[in-house]
Order: sequence, then C-alpha cells, then structure tokens
Amino acid sequence: MPTMTTLILLAVAVLLIGVYLSWTAGRLDRLHARIDAARAALDAQLLRRASIAQELATAGVLDPAASMVLYQAAHDARQAPEEQREVAESELSQALRAVFGESAQVEAVRAAPGGEDAAVELAASVRRVPMARRFHNDAVRAARALRRHRTVRWLRLAGYAPFPLAFEMDDEPPPALADRGNGAPQ
Amino acid sequence: MRIGIVCPYSWDVPGGVQFHVRDLAEHLDGLGHEVSVLAPSDDETPLPPYVVSAGRAVPVPYNGSVARLNFGFLSAARVRRWVHEGRFDVLHIHEPATPSLALLTCWAAQGPIVATFHTSNPRSRAMIAAYPILQPALEKISARIAVSEYARRTLVEHLGGDAVVIPNGVDVDFFARAEPKAEWQGGTIGFIGRIDEPRKGLPVLMKALPRILESLPETRLLVAGRGDEEEAVEDLPPHVRERVEFLGMVSDEDKARLLRSVDLYVAPNTGGESFGIILVEAMSAGAPVLASDLDAFAQVLDGGQAGDLFPREDAGALADAAVRLLSSREERERLREYGRRHVRRFDWSTVGADVLAVYETVTDGAAAVAPDERIGLRARFGLARD
Repeated sequence: MPTMTTLILLAVAVLLIGVYLSWTAGRLDRLHARIDAARAALDAQLLRRASIAQELATAGVLDPAASMVLYQAAHDARQAPEEQREVAESELSQALRAVFGESAQVEAVRAAPGGEDAAVELAASVRRVPMARRFHNDAVRAARALRRHRTVRWLRLAGYAPFPLAFEMDDEPPPALADRGNGAPQ
Repeated sequence: MRIGIVCPYSWDVPGGVQFHVRDLAEHLDGLGHEVSVLAPSDDETPLPPYVVSAGRAVPVPYNGSVARLNFGFLSAARVRRWVHEGRFDVLHIHEPATPSLALLTCWAAQGPIVATFHTSNPRSRAMIAAYPILQPALEKISARIAVSEYARRTLVEHLGGDAVVIPNGVDVDFFARAEPKAEWQGGTIGFIGRIDEPRKGLPVLMKALPRILESLPETRLLVAGRGDEEEAVEDLPPHVRERVEFLGMVSDEDKARLLRSVDLYVAPNTGGESFGIILVEAMSAGAPVLASDLDAFAQVLDGGQAGDLFPREDAGALADAAVRLLSSREERERLREYGRRHVRRFDWSTVGADVLAVYETVTDGAAAVAPDERIGLRARFGLARD
C-alpha cells in the first residue's frame, strides 16, 4: 500500500502547512492591532502636548514673542494634514525647546497662578511623546519584519492592510523640563 | 490600576531583579494601585500578601550556569489561572528573553504587556536556536523598558526594535537618612558584593591595596558580602591583611549605614553589569564613588562627573585614583554634592512615575489583559463560529 501511505503523508503535510499559515495570519493580525493601539496612544500624547502648549501660549505668562512662536507651532501641529504631521510636530518640539530652553522660563510658568499644574502637565507630555513613539515604531518594525517573509508576501497573508510606516519626528524634550535630577517638575 | 508583575527568579533567593520587583510592587501599592506579583517560590517560604507563588523553580544548567526556572504544564496552568483571576489592566514582565516564567506569561496572555530587560547578555546559542519560537511571544510585548542606555543598545542589536530607558529605582532617602557608624569611619574604603565572584572585582581591589597603604597607611578596607574570606586575602602580606575587615552578609540597614560611613566606595567590577544599582545607593548615602569604566557604570555616574572612573582591571590606576580621592577632602566633597543632586533621578518617586507613564501609554484605549486562548483547528479553518 505505498500509495496509501503517500496520500496520508501528503494530507498530514497539507494540514500542517494550513495550521502554520493560519497561525502566521493570526500573528500578523495581532501585530496590526498592536500598531493601531500604539498609534492611537501616540496621537493622544501628541494632541495632549499641543493642547498644553497652546494653553500656555495664550495664558499670558510668557513674553509676547515666545507666546506667538509657541501658539503658532501648537496650532500648526494640531491642524496639520496627515502627510505633514511629522514635520509640524517636529517644529512644535523645536519651538518648545526654544521657549523652555532655560529653567528660568519654566520657573516663571510655575510661579504663575495654576502654573505648577501646567508645568507638571507639560513636563509629563514632553516625556510621554517619545515613549509612545518608540512603542509605536517598535510595533511597526515587528510587523514589517514579519511581512517581509516570503510566505507572507507570496500568499498575501497581510490582506489589504497598508504597509505600516514608522512615525519619524524630532521629539527631543526641552532640557529644562527633561532634566529630572535638578528639581525639574515631575 | 490593576497591575500584574511577573518575577522570573525565585522569591526566596536574593537578587537584583527580585529586589527591583519587590520595591516596584511596594511603591505602586503605596500609590493605591492593586498589585499582584507572580514569582517562583518554595511553598513553605512565607510570602508578602501581594505575591502569588508559581511553584518551585527547577534548577537546570543553562548558558554556562545553573538557572532556576519554571516550565511545563503545571507552571503554564498556574500562569493562566493567575492571568485569568487577576483581570489586570496591564502586565509587567521582567527578563522575557530568558526561558523563564516571564516568557511563559508572554506566551499565555494577551493585552497590554510591558517588559523590562535587566541584563545585557550577549546573544546565546539557545536564543538563536529558539528565535523563531521566541519571536511570536516577544511580539506581544507592547512596550519595552531597558534599565540603561547600554542595556537598550544590546537589546536593539539582538532583538531589533526599540525600548525606552527607565533606570532601576532606589529609595534615596532610606540611604541618605541612615546613621553613620563610628567604627566604620575614618579613612575607610567600602566594598559590597560577593567575595568569591571575580566579576565583582574584589581581587583587583586587593591587588591595589598594598599601593594604597604605601601612601596612606591608616586606610582600612571594609568588605561586606558572602564568600571565602581566607581565600580573598591569601595573596596579601600580613600587614596589609590586617587592614581588611570582613563584615559578612549585612542587612539593608547596615548596608546603608556602611555606605554613609565610608570615605570612598569602590566598585572594581570587571564586566557583566547592565546597571549598577550599588553605585546609586552609595551616592544616595553620600559616599564618593570610584568605579571601573564599564559602560553601564560610566552612564550611572554621568560620564564620570558624579564619581571617578578607572580603566577596568587596572589595579595601579585604581590605587592612584583612590589615593588621590582619599587625600583630597575637597574632591570628595565635590563628588558628594554632585552625587546628591544626581541620584534624584533614580529615586522611586521619579522612576515610579515613569513606569506608570509607560503603563498609561499602553493601556490608553486598549482592552484588559486576558489569557490567550489557543484557537482550535476547526476555528482556524473557519468551521467554528465564535
């Protein structure tokens, strides 16, 4: 019965391949879900940062020039269309660094009524943006690594999900807000 | 927030990761979060109320030493039950890239998972062989934390991707408020660590000791840690030998008092360190630090500004630097002052806030943690509807 044995072996092989493919598709699906969640978290952090920057710019605690620079950058970051988002957010980072370049400016914010909360919120948001971005890009990298596999490409296991893109921006926080060692708001 | 933390190593064995998990759990608990820790432990070991035992760890040879690990059906079942009953918002696992409870949890759960990578081991052969199996489990981690920039670099090289750096935490005030002990003061050098582990570098310090005593004969060396004391001093001439005092294992309180008392803390480690918590503890206690120039140490010491560095395994350089520091009060004062400010970033209040920020980032809008149900064959082929 050599043909019977061959048939059974063939069936087992087909079954195993099927399980493997289905499992890989499941992995991909989970990775895409992870990217979506990470992207939502990143969006939330960016929005939070732009809001608090705008709030500070219109609160009248900063000098007029600094207020205008910050307001413009925060406004642009919130309004930027998707394809210019990275640039606009990077510009907001630069504006924040320019305005809060020295600790005296941060002190001025903290001294204003209700400023302590605002300073803490701003410090938290400039730290969380890089965090959220790293988690997002880490998920993107994992998904891309899997999608580059031959099996995944040839069998189109990723379906119609768009090829994931990393979010690249300058997210360097202002030193006066990021330096935790010397009494910066935490 | 309901937080589940997985400690990969036995709770009854003291170690850096265990202490970190304990302190983190207690800090988060103090902030009003609900914390549960899953850790391997003997059934008879008394556990704090927040620890759940995952059963006894089995010693197996792994990667050149004996590792105590949990695996098999029983452990997997316990992990599943803990995940199911805990209904956590976030899972925080430690050392997921070793074959341990952490990896098992990663395998058995889904939802927001945060992982901390403590060591920066060179990639082992087992890991290369297991990579295809490891990768799907590691893919589930939504956020990676590395304890130092150095650990992050090795992580990126070996596993790809990225991680945020959050240092290990220290209760700075516990060390800063400790009472110095008079008998440990006056021209003393401190060393804390396993005596018989060459990586900790005691032999280098012993080799440097005669030269330090030549310039400063009143110096004493205080050594706290387990190991064979006779063997440690056997190469030293008798007059040097009597300047060495062994304190054996010390309690946390005595450790803090020792660090408060000494004029210089020396960390002559020769390698294998990914963070250097002891340096932070020494700085918290206000001890001037002299350490070997390992990447991790240089980073904790702010590139050599918060403490002095010497080329690793160079006993001559160690002796010269120690003599220079011990004979200059101003230099020691400067290091003390810098260290005091520098350690605030390692305090639990700062580190804990960062860890919570990571939790909040990954739980934002995500579903809670749940056991990862294996999909049956029928479901895979679309024959079952759920």
